[in-house]
Amino acid sequence: MLAAVDWHVVWQRLLHPDHVFFRAMYTTVYIAVIAQVMGVLLGLVAALMRSSRLWPLRFLSGLYVLIFRGTPLLVQIFFVYYGANLLLGFTLIPNSLDLGLFSLDGAVVAGILALGVNEGAYMREIIRAGIDSIDTGQMEAAKSLGMRYGLAMRRVILPQAARVIVPPLGNEFNNMLKTTSLVFTIGVYEMFADAEIHYSQTFQPVEFFLAVAFWYLVLTGLWGIVQAAIERRLAASERGDQESFRERLAQAWAPAGAFVRR
Amino acid sequence: MSELVMQAEDVHKRFGRLEVLKGVSLSVAKGETVCIIGASGSGKTTFIRCINHLEKIDAGRITVNGQLIGYREQNGKLREDSEKSIARQRTQIGMVFQRFNLFPHKTAIENVIEAPVHVLGVPEQEARATALNLLRRVGLEDKCDVYPGKLSGGQQQRVAIARALAMNPALILFDEPTSALDPEVTGEVLSVMEELAHGGMTMIVVTHEMGFAKVAADRVVMMDGGVIIEEGTPEHFFESPEHERTKQFLSKIL
Repeated sequence: MLAAVDWHVVWQRLLHPDHVFFRAMYTTVYIAVIAQVMGVLLGLVAALMRSSRLWPLRFLSGLYVLIFRGTPLLVQIFFVYYGANLLLGFTLIPNSLDLGLFSLDGAVVAGILALGVNEGAYMREIIRAGIDSIDTGQMEAAKSLGMRYGLAMRRVILPQAARVIVPPLGNEFNNMLKTTSLVFTIGVYEMFADAEIHYSQTFQPVEFFLAVAFWYLVLTGLWGIVQAAIERRLAASERGDQESFRERLAQAWAPAGAFVRR
Repeated sequence: MSELVMQAEDVHKRFGRLEVLKGVSLSVAKGETVCIIGASGSGKTTFIRCINHLEKIDAGRITVNGQLIGYREQNGKLREDSEKSIARQRTQIGMVFQRFNLFPHKTAIENVIEAPVHVLGVPEQEARATALNLLRRVGLEDKCDVYPGKLSGGQQQRVAIARALAMNPALILFDEPTSALDPEVTGEVLSVMEELAHGGMTMIVVTHEMGFAKVAADRVVMMDGGVIIEEGTPEHFFESPEHERTKQFLSKIL
C-alpha cells in the first residue's frame, strides 16, 4: 500500500517547500491574525452592547450571535464574497484593496471579513463570560468613586476580565489558523489552496495533503508553545506575584520569553 | 443646627414586591457621625446605598449638600438624572464596602490615586503625594506598592478608607465596614474611623459595633422593617432604649 506513495514528493514538500508555498503560508497567517483581531474587537463591542440598557442594542447583539453561530461558516464566506455587494448595492468587497505597502485581493478581503465577523460572535460569549466573572462589587466601587461606565470598564473591569478571556482566546486562535483553509473555496491562495492545486495537477492526494497537514501542525504547534507560556505567566500572576498585570502580560507576550521557563 | 450635608425625606424602595424602605427620613449635619443599627433585612444597607444612588429609589428625595441625588425635577416630577451627572455627584460621596472591593490588579497606592487621576484629573505626581499622606494616616505607608491580595482584611479596609478619602468627599458612607473582618483586626479599622469622626468628617456608618458607636457616634439610628424606629445619642441607646425591638436587638448584640 505504502509503495503507492511517492515519498520523495513528501520529503520535498516537508523539507524544501518552494517560495510559492511560503507565500501561501504567509497568507494563511495574516488572514488568521487579522480575522482574529477583528473578532476580538467585534466580540468586545457585542459583549458591551449585550449589557446595554438600550434594548435595541441588546437585541442587535443577540441577533448577531444567533445568525453567525447558527449558520455554516462556509455559507457566510460565500455570502460575503458573492452576495455582499449585490445585497448592499455598494462595493463592500472591492476587486482589490490597495493599502499602500501591499494590496489585498478582493477574495482575501471577503475571507477576512467573513472569518472575523463569524469569530466575533464566538468572542462575544468568551468576553461576556470574562466580564461576568468579575465581582459586581468592583463596578460598584468604581461607580462610588465617580467613574462612569466606560471608564470603569476600561480601567477596572476589562483588565481583570482579561485573565479569564486570554486562555479561551488562545484556543480560538488555534481554531482560526485551521479554519482559514475554508477560504480556498473563494479562490484565496493560502496553504490549503496550494496543496489542492498541486493535487489536482498530479493526482497525488496523500503526498500533498499529508505535507500541508504537517505545516498546519507546525503553525498550531508553535502557537501552542506561545499560548502555554502566556497561560503559565497568567497562572503565576494569580498566585499574586508583585508585578502589575500589564507588566506580566507584556512579559508573557515578549517573543523570547515564550521559550524561557521561569 | 449647623449646615446639613445629607437629607433624606420619606425614602421608599422596593425590590419587586418586597418593600425594603417604607419611608425613611434622616438628616445628617456637617461633621456629624451617625451610626445606623438594626437586624439584617431591616433596610439599613439598602438605605445608605440609595444615598449614592447605587440603588434607585421609588419615592422620596435624597439631597447631599443641597443637591438632589440621582434625580432631577421636571414639571414637578422626578426623573432619573444622566449617568454623567450621577457620576459627578458620587465624587463627593465616599463609600466603604463590607467586602472592601479594592481593585485587585492595582497596588494600594494605585487604588488610592485611580479616581483622583482619572475622574478628577489631578496630576499623577500630586495625587501620589496626597495618597502617600492618606496611607500614612491609616498606618499603611509601608504597604504602598503591595497588591490587595497580599494585605490582610484590616489592611485592605484601611486602604479602601484612604481611597474614599482621596476624593475629598463631603460625606463617607460605611456599609458594615468590619463585618467581613477577623475579630482581631476590626480594632485597627475602627480606630481609623474613630479618628476620622473626631477629625470632623461627616460619616454615616452601618454597623453592629456598639463600642464604636459609643466613642465615635453623635447619633445612633435604629432601623427595623424598613423604617427608623428610634433615634438618639449613644448614651440613650445604652441606658434607656424605648422601643421594644431596640431593647431586644441590643440585648442580642451587646
